[in-house]
Amino acid sequence: MPYIPHTPDQVRRMLDVVGVDSMSALFADIPASMRPKSFDLPEGLSEDAVLTRLSEIAAMNETGKASFLGAGFYDHFQPRAVRALISRSEFYTAYTPYQAEASQGTLQAIFEFQTAVCRLFDMDCANASVYDGGTAIFEACMMAVRKTRRTKIVMDEALSPIYRRMLSTMTLSLDIETVIVPHASGASDKAAISAAIDKDTAAVVVQNPNFFGVVDDFSDVAATAREHKALTIMSAYPVLASVLKSPGSMGADIVVGEGQSLGLPLSFGGPYLGIMTCTKEMVRQLPGRIAGRTEDKEGRTGYVLTLQAREQHIRRAKATSNICSNQALCALMAHIQMCLLGPEGLRRQAVLSMELARYAQARLTAVRGVDLLNDAPYGNEFAITLPRPADEVVAALAEQGVAAGFPLGRYYEGLDNALLVATTDKNTPEQVDRLAAGLKDAL
Amino acid sequence: MIPDDLLYTRTHEWLKQEGETALVGITHFAQEQLGDLTFIELPAPGDTIEAGEEMGSIESVKAASEIYAPVDGDVLEINEDLESAPELVNEDPYGEGWLIRIRPSGDLDDLLSPAEYADLVESETE
Repeated sequence: MPYIPHTPDQVRRMLDVVGVDSMSALFADIPASMRPKSFDLPEGLSEDAVLTRLSEIAAMNETGKASFLGAGFYDHFQPRAVRALISRSEFYTAYTPYQAEASQGTLQAIFEFQTAVCRLFDMDCANASVYDGGTAIFEACMMAVRKTRRTKIVMDEALSPIYRRMLSTMTLSLDIETVIVPHASGASDKAAISAAIDKDTAAVVVQNPNFFGVVDDFSDVAATAREHKALTIMSAYPVLASVLKSPGSMGADIVVGEGQSLGLPLSFGGPYLGIMTCTKEMVRQLPGRIAGRTEDKEGRTGYVLTLQAREQHIRRAKATSNICSNQALCALMAHIQMCLLGPEGLRRQAVLSMELARYAQARLTAVRGVDLLNDAPYGNEFAITLPRPADEVVAALAEQGVAAGFPLGRYYEGLDNALLVATTDKNTPEQVDRLAAGLKDAL
Repeated sequence: MIPDDLLYTRTHEWLKQEGETALVGITHFAQEQLGDLTFIELPAPGDTIEAGEEMGSIESVKAASEIYAPVDGDVLEINEDLESAPELVNEDPYGEGWLIRIRPSGDLDDLLSPAEYADLVESETE
């Protein structure tokens, strides 16, 4: 949409129609104390000058570092074709596919995205996505609260602290009680999680792999939840879901995830992609858009948004959620990524990431004073303990062009010396060697 | 299609007294207006309902509508068959398509007689 400024003459004519003599008279209803004293904006620049300035700012970014940062967001390879395909104007400009007859391509793409994530997580139904993985967990908890008519949420402390913070903010003024079950040296304490589930529990929320990278089988937790008629919500890492035991086969009722790892670039905070899937029994609680496939009366395939009675444009006050926008373009990006890689390519990404993590573990723990935080099975991310605060080590390594990992002390008390290290298919053994050498120097 | 042994509401629910308890459903006229039903959300056994307040909702291919409680009372039982077969309400709104069994605690004086309900339907059809 172009920016169309109004000429003074047009402004004059509009004011005449409204019947006021100036812009300040138009806004007279806003008390002076609530009006901005100044917008503090610099003088306008020419287009050329703006481009030069933006290039200067962009040049301040430090790119090309070897990055071992994960903590929920992972830098996997994205084939160049993904960008080319999502940039087609048919996809780039389409927003709301409510008018099915004019939106078949967009609706088909959403349907295929839903199908792909259902297969990945081994679940029955998916929506067209929400803002990000944390929003998806909040919406999943609300689904459980509505379905069970209970208000207690049991949550693993090894669930991403970012998600836990988001959830506590979003439920601040709701009647929700959250019970956090402490982690055990980075592993999920499944016995304690199961013991915390009772007849008042709406849902238990776990993550696989958990925030510390630990892979687990939560079938027993899901079974305990079922015994108490509570639901199991699992946050899963989509790329690793291609090789790990599926959330569906563990008995999860709602499976969510941060879809960023499916080919979305890490771009300083988003946009991200919230994946939401559930069992058939839960589908009417699933918020957001759901595209379905059907046939017209002549037997031709057609796609349409379905189960819309849950949505806000049908019943505003009673809507399952008032999130109306999905992350359509991001979902499409993830879908194209999955299509281009295929199941084999996705598994290969997962395996490469995990194999390199094992190499990294061997190299890093060979450095004097470096140990694993625990000996639990892990995927492509693991926690190590250092003889000094991880923050300092990360800062020292940053000077050498290596983003060493995520210092766990920022979120977990008592873990100031612990560092979370992730590898993906974009890292190389040479980068790992640099990390190990840098770590040795820094300690 | 207005049975004469039932009582009715202005919002097209019916109530059938059976001793201490009563069955509640929606009328033939209501299901006809809604069209093919796809989902019915009911209160849970043990819930208390209040006359005129919403106690559930019905989704059809066209829209979602509220179901209102005909009287004050306690929910004793719900028609679980509707979870998998909401079309029972279309096929047999006064029989197999009943919604809930309640124990009324308020009086039934405000409900419409079959004749009054027939007038209401006639006025809404015009």
